[in-house]
Amino acid sequence: MNFEFNDEQIFVRDVARSFLAANCPPEVVRRVLEGNEHYAADLWQQIVAQGWAATAIPEKYGGLGMSYLELVLVAEELGRVCAPVPFASSVYLATEAILLAGSEAQKEHWLPKFAEGEVIGTLAYAEKAGRTTAASLETKVENGKITGRKTTVVDAEIAQLIVVAAKSDKGDGASLYLVSLDQDGVSYESVKTIDPSMNHANIIFNGASAELLGADGEGWGLLEKILDRAAVLYAWEQLGGSETCLAMAKDHAMERYAFGRPIGSFQAIKHKLARMYVKNTLARSNAYYGAWALNTNAPELPLAAATARVGSSQAYYYSSKESIQTHGGMGFTWEVDCQFYYRRAKVLAVTIGSERVWSDKLITASDLVG
Amino acid sequence: MNFEDTQKEAAFRAEARAWLEANVPKESEMAGLDEVGRAKFWQKRKSDGGWACLTWPKQFGGRGASTIEQVIFNQEEAKFETPYMGSYFSIGQGMAAPTIMTYGSAEMQAKYLPKLASGEEIWCQLFSEPSAGSDLAALRTRAEKDGDDWIINGQKVWTTVAQYASYAILVTRTDPNVPKHKGMTYFCVDMKSPGIEVRPIKQMSGGSSFNEVYLTDVRIPDNMRLGDVGQGWRVALTTLMNERASIGGGSAGANFKSVKELAERLTIDDKPAIEDSTVRAKLASWYVEEAGLKYTEMRTLTALSRGDEPGPESSIGKLVAGVKGQDMASFAIDLLEQQGIQWDPEQDELEDAVFVSNFMSLPGLRIAGGTDEIMLNIIAERVLGLPPEPRVDKTIPFSDVPTGV
Repeated sequence: MNFEFNDEQIFVRDVARSFLAANCPPEVVRRVLEGNEHYAADLWQQIVAQGWAATAIPEKYGGLGMSYLELVLVAEELGRVCAPVPFASSVYLATEAILLAGSEAQKEHWLPKFAEGEVIGTLAYAEKAGRTTAASLETKVENGKITGRKTTVVDAEIAQLIVVAAKSDKGDGASLYLVSLDQDGVSYESVKTIDPSMNHANIIFNGASAELLGADGEGWGLLEKILDRAAVLYAWEQLGGSETCLAMAKDHAMERYAFGRPIGSFQAIKHKLARMYVKNTLARSNAYYGAWALNTNAPELPLAAATARVGSSQAYYYSSKESIQTHGGMGFTWEVDCQFYYRRAKVLAVTIGSERVWSDKLITASDLVG
Repeated sequence: MNFEDTQKEAAFRAEARAWLEANVPKESEMAGLDEVGRAKFWQKRKSDGGWACLTWPKQFGGRGASTIEQVIFNQEEAKFETPYMGSYFSIGQGMAAPTIMTYGSAEMQAKYLPKLASGEEIWCQLFSEPSAGSDLAALRTRAEKDGDDWIINGQKVWTTVAQYASYAILVTRTDPNVPKHKGMTYFCVDMKSPGIEVRPIKQMSGGSSFNEVYLTDVRIPDNMRLGDVGQGWRVALTTLMNERASIGGGSAGANFKSVKELAERLTIDDKPAIEDSTVRAKLASWYVEEAGLKYTEMRTLTALSRGDEPGPESSIGKLVAGVKGQDMASFAIDLLEQQGIQWDPEQDELEDAVFVSNFMSLPGLRIAGGTDEIMLNIIAERVLGLPPEPRVDKTIPFSDVPTGV
């Protein structure tokens, strides 16, 4: 039994942790949250220079050729500091989409650019309030030209390339397309969200050129596979955030005195923090299994991914709300950083499908594993 | 990251499996034996073959094996149909024995440990009292010196397997005039001593897995004492810290598999219940807990396999499993609707009886061996390092501590 990261992987994590402690303090998150930047471009350049975007891309496509076991630990550290960069969109979604579904030519063209950070990618499937399905897709592609509207696309105004799910007459009713965002026929409707430290916009396609990614009519199946892979990576990022919430709440509970003693000595607070620890521990163990399944491309991946995703979404929501509660009135102020995590927890929890959606997938996947 | 044994572990597993294949008792060998008789039969056979209490030194009836080897044996044993062991040996082997190994004389160790390993003697634990549960150090059973003996008077409660026990470990109060943690003394006691009376406690589930034990002028020779006079709390902590190596067994009853199967079999609005989104969401949350515990255990096993101490993550098991089991049993009854409440404890083998049976018994699991609230305190204080609750009874003489009676 060796269900643990090895020393080299732990080293990658430690380097990422010290790098982000130095380069992504809360002031950086606050700067993006309060200002007009879509993301912290300076931090992104540094992250790309560290090679993190290249972690799991094979060497022949200009990557570092490391495993997903390194990438999940980087994701956890980015989550820990609420990093305001398009890492998830570009690495977990767009890069994974091309690795999974791209032709050799598409891989050779795009992957080195993702690895270098020369191109930032994202992915869009949602078109409406509520769960978008293959049958409900309205975006369509005719003669290589895409028309339609995608809602609340993460990092839309940062990315240069997007993977888009569109309607198909064939197969599962959907196909995936690569669309360059730097062209006529692409426009944006800026949207404000609960987390201004990230960028979101609606994208309107009106005759932009689109290139098929994967087979026509296999798009929905491919999308589910991409999302399963991304779900593991998101779960680690969510876990990192949830751990910070516990650490912040604990520090506050030790320092804050009421009724003549630290509030952390009251069982009402103690039990709250212990429950955060329990949820984080369950989430971490499930995230371990997800990481193993992703890294070995195991048949259990859909179940492992859904389990990791649901566990981390639940843990992060719980920890972020109860961290505010532990901080009392100050926790509700603009001045204190608890808000970063409460916002981010919810945004990450719906970005590739809500807890409800992934719970549903979990039960479906459990049929196959038995 | 992988789930494979090391070469040494694989060899040990094969050896354990081969022995089990040849030695798991057949029904015909145990004809006429009751439950405890069967448990003793199997324990004796394991002991004779050198497969009892694997981590103990050989001279005490063990095998001198590592913790991970004990876990591997447990895993392999769980794959066979073996006699139900209940708590017949776990208290003696898991809690009394490590305490005797730490504090007992060489003579005591030689006298008691081999018979604990072989299952010839069952031990019970006389710790909790009517006024000392979560606050164990509030115990009041008195021990008074009389020549070379001690005279014991008091009442103990929640004592599992007392009716079968040859011996017990016992914590008493020897000095009520000092603060509570300082006035206790720890003994081993022969359960056949005059003045010991064991009475079963009927639980809300109808069963009686616990007893109350009355001690009236029970005489214990001083050479049965473990640790110094007044050192009983420290000795008791040794007992309590020895978590049983129960890792490796499965969890029966209301779990993801059984409740999911139920939801596939039943209907809601004439459609399979498993298609209902509420059912799916609840099941998914429980799966997250169940899988989370399973993979947490794998992390613990990895630490053991490397020869490291398990991390604090192993402390969450009972807390999560107790309430999860209770809630799943309750939900299963809901799915069964009106019919779900049917329960004849005499017919517990019937289909779906496991849910009502769990529903009625699991409140006990959330209290036994540390309540949920105590487990949360332990996580908060020992894992997270939060300060303890101020206690009004820590520094004053025990006799001055306010009580509700």
